[in-house]
This record gives sequence, C-alpha cells and structure tokens, in this order.
Amino acid sequence: MSDPTQLTWTLPHVVAGVMVLSLNAYVLLGGADFGGGVWDLFARGKDRDQQRALIAEAIGPIWEANHVWLILVVVLLFTCFPKAFAHLATELHVPITIMLVGVVLRGSAFTFRTYDSQKDAVQRRWGRIFSVASLLTPIILGVCVGAVAGGTVPMRARQAFTEMPFRERFIDPWFASPFPWAVGLLTLMLFAFLAASYLTVEAPDDSLRDIFRRRAVQSQLALVVTATVTLVLGSANDPLLFEGLTKGKAALAMHGVTALAAATSLWALSVRRFQLARLAAAAQASFILWGWAWTQFPWLLPPDRTITSLAAPRITLQLTLGALAIGTAILLPSFLYLFRVFKSGETAFEQD
Amino acid sequence: MMSDLMFARSQMAMSLAFHIVFAVVGIGMPALMVIAEWRWLRTRDPVLLELAKRWAKGTAILFAVGAVSGTVLSFELGLLWPTFMEHAGAVIGMPFSLEGFAFFTEAIFLGIYLYAWKRIPPRAHLAAGVVVAVSGALSGAFVVCANAWMNAPAGFDMVDGVVTNVDPLAAMFNRAAQAQIVHMTLAAFAATGFAVAGIHALALWRGTPHRAFHRAALQIALTIGLPTALLQPLSGDWSARDVAARQPVKLAAMEGHLKTGPAAFVIGGWPNEATLEHRGAVEIPGALSFLLHGDPTAVVPGVDSVPPEDRPPLGIVHVAFQIMVACGSMMAALSLFGVWRWWQRRRGRGVALPDDRRFLLAIIGAAPMGFIALEAGWTVTEVGRQPWIVQDILRTADAVTPVPGLGVTFALFTALYIGLAIAVVFLLWRQILKTGITPTPIDRTGELPIPSMLSGASAVPHRSDAQT
Repeated sequence: MSDPTQLTWTLPHVVAGVMVLSLNAYVLLGGADFGGGVWDLFARGKDRDQQRALIAEAIGPIWEANHVWLILVVVLLFTCFPKAFAHLATELHVPITIMLVGVVLRGSAFTFRTYDSQKDAVQRRWGRIFSVASLLTPIILGVCVGAVAGGTVPMRARQAFTEMPFRERFIDPWFASPFPWAVGLLTLMLFAFLAASYLTVEAPDDSLRDIFRRRAVQSQLALVVTATVTLVLGSANDPLLFEGLTKGKAALAMHGVTALAAATSLWALSVRRFQLARLAAAAQASFILWGWAWTQFPWLLPPDRTITSLAAPRITLQLTLGALAIGTAILLPSFLYLFRVFKSGETAFEQD
Repeated sequence: MMSDLMFARSQMAMSLAFHIVFAVVGIGMPALMVIAEWRWLRTRDPVLLELAKRWAKGTAILFAVGAVSGTVLSFELGLLWPTFMEHAGAVIGMPFSLEGFAFFTEAIFLGIYLYAWKRIPPRAHLAAGVVVAVSGALSGAFVVCANAWMNAPAGFDMVDGVVTNVDPLAAMFNRAAQAQIVHMTLAAFAATGFAVAGIHALALWRGTPHRAFHRAALQIALTIGLPTALLQPLSGDWSARDVAARQPVKLAAMEGHLKTGPAAFVIGGWPNEATLEHRGAVEIPGALSFLLHGDPTAVVPGVDSVPPEDRPPLGIVHVAFQIMVACGSMMAALSLFGVWRWWQRRRGRGVALPDDRRFLLAIIGAAPMGFIALEAGWTVTEVGRQPWIVQDILRTADAVTPVPGLGVTFALFTALYIGLAIAVVFLLWRQILKTGITPTPIDRTGELPIPSMLSGASAVPHRSDAQT
C-alpha cells in the first residue's frame, strides 16, 4: 500500500473536495446570516432599529436558500462516507443536538419576526430568540468541527466504545478540551466579521456604514487573536494537526494568502473601499476553511481514518458526482439569477 | 418506563409527523399560487393577484418551518439510526442528494417569487412560480423513493452483515417507488386543496365583505383538491395490491386479516395480538380476497404467516389504515358530488359551488380530513413495516443509536415542536386568516416586509369587491 499522505487524487477525494466547497458556500452565505444575527444582538445606540432593519433586509430574500448548503454536506457525508456519518452522529450526538435546536429556533424565529407585522413585544421576543440562537449555533458548529479536526473523536473498535462510561464517551471529547471551543469561537468571530464586512456594502447611508465598518475592524482583530490562540492550542494538543498546519510550502503559502487577505481587508476598510473589503473578507474566510481541509488531508477522521478508507463503493461515488454535476448545471444559473435579481443595484423592473 | 428504542422511534415519528405537514404544503401551495397568478395574468382581476400574494406569504412561512424541520431530519437519521445509515447511506443516499437539489431549486425560486414581484417581468415571475411547484413535487418524490426502498429493499446484497454489490439506481427505482410516489403526491394536493378550500369556505359561510376574494380562492383550491381526491382511491387500490405482493404481513395487519385463508373485509374492531381474534369488527366475508384477486375464496396470507416477533403492532396499523380509508372515501364522495354539481352548473342548472351553503359546510367539515388521512397513512406505512427498518433485512432494534438517555432528547424535541406548532398556528391566524376574514381592507399588504411590493399592491382598486 502506498503512503496515505501522498497526494493522489481519487474519486473519494473529489467528493470530499465538493463537501469542503459546499461548506465554503455555507460559511460565506449562511455564515454571514449567522453573523447578522450576532450584530442584531449587539445593536446599540440611537439607530439600533435601523441596524436591525438593515440586517433583516440583507438576510431576508436568500436565507432559506443558504441553509441548504449544510444539508448538502450532510447528505454527501452519509451517501459517500456512511461509516464516518454514523460514527460522528453517534459520538457527537450531544453537540449536534444542541446545534439543531439552535438552527430550528433561529430559522423559525427569523421567519416569525419577519412576517409578524405588529411592532410589539411578541416581535421583540422573536428577535431575541433569533439573535441569541445566532450567537450560540456557530460556536457549537465550530466545536463539532474542532472535535473532528483535533482528533478527539477517533474511530475505535466497537468493544472499546461499549466499555466507556457516558461522560467519557459522549461529553469529554468535545467538551473537556479547549481546542474545540477555540474553533467554536473562531467560527463565531469569522461569521460576525463576514457579516459586518458585507453590511458595509449594503448599508444605505454613511452613518450605518461607519458602524459596520468599525465592527468589521473590531471583529477582524478578534478573529486574528482567536486564530492565533487556536493555532497554539492545536499545536499543543495535537502534534499531527500542528504538523499539518506547518508542514511544507503549501501550508506556509496558505497562511500567507490568509494573512494577505486579512491585511487587504483592514486596508480596504480604512480607505473605505467596501466592495474590496467584502471580497477580501470572503477570501480570508475561504482560505481559513481550505487551510483546515488541507491540514486534515488525507484524514477524514483524524488521527487514523483516511478519506479513501471510509469511502462508499465506487459506483455510489460516481452516481453521486453525476447527480452533483446535473444539480450544479441547474443550480448555478438559478443562483446567478437570484443574485442578479436581488443584489444588483439595477433599477427595478416596472410593471405596466 | 420506555426503552431508548421506543424514545428513538417516538422522536422520529414525531419529527416526521411534524415535517410531513410542511413538506406537503410545500408541494400543494405553490400549485395554488401559480394558478391564481396565471388567472390574474389572463383576467387582470386584482383579487387574483392579491390571492397569489397572500398564498405566497403563507407558503413562505410554512416552507421556512419545513426547511428547518427538514434540516433536523437529515441529522436525525444519523443521531437516532446510525447503524441504518451506515448500511443504507451508500445504497439509497442518491435520491437524498437529488432531493437536496430539488429543494435548493424550490428555495431559490420561492425567494424570487416572494420578493421579485416588481423586479422581473410578469411572465418570468409566473415561470418562477412554476419552478417552485415542479421542484416541490420532485423533492417529495425523491424522499418517497428512499422510503419506498425501506419497504422494497433493492440494489445491494447483504453478505455476513456487510453491504455489497451496491447499485444505487436499482435501489432508487425499487418496486415500491412508483405506487408510493403517486399516492403521496396525490395526497399532498388533495390535503392542501381541501384544507385551503375549507378555510375560504368558512369565510364565505360566515359571511364576508370580500366575497370575490374568497370565491376565487375556493374555486382554485377545489380545482386542485377535488380531482386529486377523486383519483386517490384508485391510487390507494394500486398501493394495496402492491403491498399485498411485497409485504403480505403489512397488508394483513392493515386489513385486520389475522389468519391465513379467504380474506374478509374487516371494518372497525381491535385485533387481539395473542389470540388473533377481532373484537367489535364488522366483516364482509370474501371481500378482501375479491378486491385483491377477483375471487372471494382466494387464500390471502394472514398475520399468522410469520412468527410473533416479526409482526407489526396490529391494533395501531389496522386503526390507522381505517382512518385513512374513511377520510379518503369521504373526500372522494364529496369530490364526486362537487364535480357533479359543477357539471350541472355548466349546463345551466343549480347554483355555483361557492353559493351552495350545504356544500360549503361539507367542505368546512372535510378541511382537516386530508391531513388526518396523510398522518394515518404515514403511520400505516411506517408502523406496518415494524419490526423492520429495512424490510426483512435490518431490524429497527438493531439500527438504533447506542447513545443512552434518549428520553431527554425526545422531551427536548417534543417541547420544540409543540412550541413551533403553536407559533405557526398563531402566526397564520394573525397574518392570513384574521386579515382575510375580518373586514380589513383587502389591499392591506402593507404588513408585508417587502418594500418593493407595497406601492403596487395597495394601488390596486377594489373593482371586484364592488361587484358583489
């Protein structure tokens, strides 16, 4: 058998790549929606209602579409890596359940708030549920990712599992070590930063724009700090991960472009080039995500299960990729159409 | 004390029972709003535009709840049934991927439909609605494909507990898929059509200043509800024959046919699982044998054809089946009556359906029946397959997660779903029904949070209201 760390692209790797791509879309689109909810929670000052209105408007037309990226990741995981799915759904049962409660409360509360006309106490209650769930859900999502990346939920023989007490098996792997929580915080900061950066472009006037510009800078700084802490924790906790984070030219290049994107974002915000700042923020988030994927490659479940070893039969992967291709051929134009209709500044179509 | 298996089954049943309502509405409502918009484009009657917008708004609220409860379900498959997913994922995952895309498309174009009334030309807008309707129906069909596979497993071999020779296409196009998809899709249209018709019939029956609005709504809802409810018994017969061929024990449990032999048609009654006797049932001897094989003496395998540990809970399956059949029959009978009256009216006799108060009352009474039949039918297909999660291959008890204390998550999700259900009802009542029935101005779309829609909708004169 060849060295599993060697870069040989196979069908399972292509599917895994598509999953990261889908996760990337979820971070850029759905993540910003979460971040919007966070800024809704921290809306302060005289114009806090305008801030909230701006956030709601930015999320409004497309939030339902965004959520599906996560479902796509889940479906690809259980179709193409069913063993990994079954394993993670079992060992991370508790945090995933918490995350789901957050997703349900957030999504429903947002709809109810949006469609509830009267500006009254009921509406504010929906708003509060929406924003608190927006804060907690990304943290738990990050905790799950961190537990996988940190190798704290490895596959073991069935026997070894059944002998473990509840806490040791289902709580400690994600709860007891700092690394998953660091990734959780990192996720939250990233989402908040993305949202603030996007909102600078979408703000209707300069005073709102300045508020979110300040928040983008603040959350960028917090993001840099959290990322550093995560790196340090990762290296202390898990030599394998650290090796991945530092190994080779590619890893250094990944850090380099991420830093470059971060610097570009700060510069663009300071000179008020908001379109560029938004682009840089999206690039930075994507580089962080792909940096994680690169670090973990070729392991699907660190420290000892590779992407290839957990893959479903070849025919399943082929058909799934075929379905993905057909789906993309329909979805991509649809998405472009959606964004063209809503996110372009063109004058609205006038009905006769 | 309930076992973790029972908690897992209860949580899954509750999640599905909850989600199925919103999934079905996501299939049925887009058809209604598209018909309304299409008729508006043809007649330019502003009432129809208002109707399309109202229905779109309701669809959006329910679709959003369906989207989140669907997200939960995709995770729950693994949270509750990891062993099932470990074996089934590679075989039957593909329809789920396709469903993902169909759902995606539906979400995108629903967004366009809702928020782009003034941003795109009317024809493009109508086309967006058609895409919503078609992709909604397709996503339902894909999910039913996966469910049908659990009833008629295909596309793999099980060798020593390991899945081999995987053929996802054969799995997707399994033998139960066709009949189940037709039955479920018809059910979605019939249930939604009847429920919506009932709401507007209530407004007409109680008297409303917006007769034109509710008349138009009722007519469109009946256009969807009546034909599908008429076709549903035929589809049901097909499904029953199909189940008889593939899952004879499930059919026997449904029909209350306990002992192998010529089968009677058993109406009502509660089967005793130990003695395999009925209590309180009315039997039509030979009727089931005749329905299935055209011969009243044909032998039909009964529940006793398998050992007790392979039998589903007999009482629940039988009663649920009878509820479904009863609701479906009443809806079909009402449809027959409605179609007859409509035909008479076209020949210049009688009154139009919305003006027939007895018909309105009947429709109000039948409003929940589609959804009751839907839940009962879902119970039949799921509980009737027990103790198997994959018929004759994998037992539900062997598929459940080893995570202990599932009672806690069950309680958590029960609370969550009850809260959601109350919220949805409250919201629909406050947003749709209240403004529709009470004499508020018909053009009050001002509460819609969509700036671009405000001017257009409120500028519409009440021409059709003045007519009544």
